[in-house]
Amino acid sequence: MPEKVLMKGNEALAEAAIMAGCRHFFGYPITPQTELAAHMSKRMPKVGGVYLQAESEVAAVNMVLGASAAGVRAMTSSSSPGISLKSEGLSYLAGSDLPALIVNVQRAGPGLGGIQPSQADYWQATRASGHGDFKMLVFAPSTVQEMIDLVADAFSLGDEYRMPAMILSDGLLGQMMEPVVMDDTKRTEVPERPWAVSGHGNKREHNIVNSLYIDPPNLEAILKERYEKYERIKEKEQRCEEYRTDDAEIVLVAYGASARISRSAVDAARKEGIKAGLIRPITLWPYPEKAISSRMATAKAFLCVEMSTGQMVDDVRLIVNGKRPVSFYGRTGGMIPTPAEVLNEIKKMNGGI
Amino acid sequence: MKFQRPHALTDIQFHYCPGCSHGIVHRLVAEAIDELGVEGNTTGVASVGCSVFAYNYFNCDMVQSPHGRAQAVATGIKRARPGNVVFTYQGDGDLAAIGTAETVHAATRGENITVIFINNAIYGMTGGQMAPTTLPGQVTQTTPYGRNVKEAGHPIRVCEMLSTLSGVALAERVSVDSVKNVKAAKKAIKKAFEYQVEGKGYTIIEVLSSCPTNWGLSMQDSLVWIRENMMSYYPLGVYRDIGAEEGKE
Ligand SMILES: Cc1ncc(C[n+]2csc(CCOP(=O)(O)OP(=O)(O)O)c2C)c(N)n1
Ligand code: SF4
Repeated sequence: MPEKVLMKGNEALAEAAIMAGCRHFFGYPITPQTELAAHMSKRMPKVGGVYLQAESEVAAVNMVLGASAAGVRAMTSSSSPGISLKSEGLSYLAGSDLPALIVNVQRAGPGLGGIQPSQADYWQATRASGHGDFKMLVFAPSTVQEMIDLVADAFSLGDEYRMPAMILSDGLLGQMMEPVVMDDTKRTEVPERPWAVSGHGNKREHNIVNSLYIDPPNLEAILKERYEKYERIKEKEQRCEEYRTDDAEIVLVAYGASARISRSAVDAARKEGIKAGLIRPITLWPYPEKAISSRMATAKAFLCVEMSTGQMVDDVRLIVNGKRPVSFYGRTGGMIPTPAEVLNEIKKMNGGI
Repeated sequence: MKFQRPHALTDIQFHYCPGCSHGIVHRLVAEAIDELGVEGNTTGVASVGCSVFAYNYFNCDMVQSPHGRAQAVATGIKRARPGNVVFTYQGDGDLAAIGTAETVHAATRGENITVIFINNAIYGMTGGQMAPTTLPGQVTQTTPYGRNVKEAGHPIRVCEMLSTLSGVALAERVSVDSVKNVKAAKKAIKKAFEYQVEGKGYTIIEVLSSCPTNWGLSMQDSLVWIRENMMSYYPLGVYRDIGAEEGKE
């Protein structure tokens, strides 16, 4: 059993990417993802990899596109304003069926916003990552260990489904130190990419990596096919963690950093005799619809907790579809909800049902 | 001139307008690839513009890039496959407006890629708007009274600008308006690919090109227009050549 080591979220994520076989990192400096890129700049030369500081996030994501098209595992990381600039590249990656890892260590927005942690890019990650009809795999770790484990999954599922994957982290998780296990027995092999533009070697027809389909019926057919793939992913890849939900009447739904806070609030509520539980989505796309639907068996009400003005709550409402009340509690702008505040919300709801 | 189709071109019919330079330049690039025998390990990057379908025309592996990002995409390919030959094929809007940052930084990093830059002083694909290379006074769809440099700024001389950067191995401006110039263009393009194979650094060949359709000129008059109007603002020549400089030492 490998030993536990103390690591910062951002650094653990970077090291896990190297462990997963990623040798190509392209980035542009921004707080609070700084340690991630710094770690890559230190480690990549030691493992024969490439660290390249691009002239912008736009350039960085397009370098990722080129590297991925050429057949290697490639990634970029940034924080909210930088992710906005990457949206062009995300759309082209998806439209070209290219795998890639994009990390968003979220900070407060809009505009330059602030540099404190936030979860206000949920819509951007799950709905409006760029123009056109497309989806990305979106993973939401809530511990440093999970950052490590999800990086490997993001790479391998991205490869399997040929699509970009995002890790939606935040400044809190990025800066936090926790004991972790770096288990490289879990590392996945980088699969063959017969479609890559790595040179045909005079042995096959030329490969083309492309997102342009000028003929509408053709483009519609391709999009439909891609959406069938998305449906298969929805069926197979939904993930979440449930905590004390078996008999829960008040079901909290929270991801990432706010799930940590909500977990404490659930414990506090239980001490006071309130049947509270927590569903923590681990995949934000595909969203764990099945878990939330089946929880309606015991749930009298849902409470969504986020570090935003309320974004993921829309997904909960879509699933619950008016059958139960769905409330929201959030802090935003870099403010973090406390367990006491969340407990207070739970109590208010408990009085109401 | 040989009329046999270079192997590095597929047999798909070009969609370019009659008298457009894109076809000639495609052919020159393909000939260079053939002569160097590198088709099997070459990846090309098609940019957004009239030449976007270049990915169908070149027989080597091809990627279609977002508008302006061709050299960032090429950087990613080259860093993933340093032993491969990587080239971009870009128009002036793509390279010198929306993609200026990508161009300047690929050049200054000395990215070991070859850039084929089509300067036709206009945005072709979108129907003839002002390009960063549109000449002073030139009438386009969006400079209907002629480009007024006081308002619309001055055209960019790309080779001159890039020649100040240490990462650039070769920056040369050529033209395809005459048989003589086509031959010189071919030589320059081949040299650029050779430099890349030798690992010398960033190479760019700017080709003064025609767009009869959006210039509103006949094929013949377009060639005259290149000679009479473009060549004085964009003089042909070698702006940087580290091979020649090494030779002098
Ligand atoms: C982000 C983005 N902005 C604008 C466009 C529209 N567009 C397509 S081609 C083009 C101009 C191309 O001109 P140029 O690069 O000079 O190439 P040419 O067509 O003249 O060969 C523009 C603006 C686009 N496709 N993407
Ligand atoms: S519009 Fe101009 S650049 Fe485009 S194909 Fe026609 S002549 Fe060539």
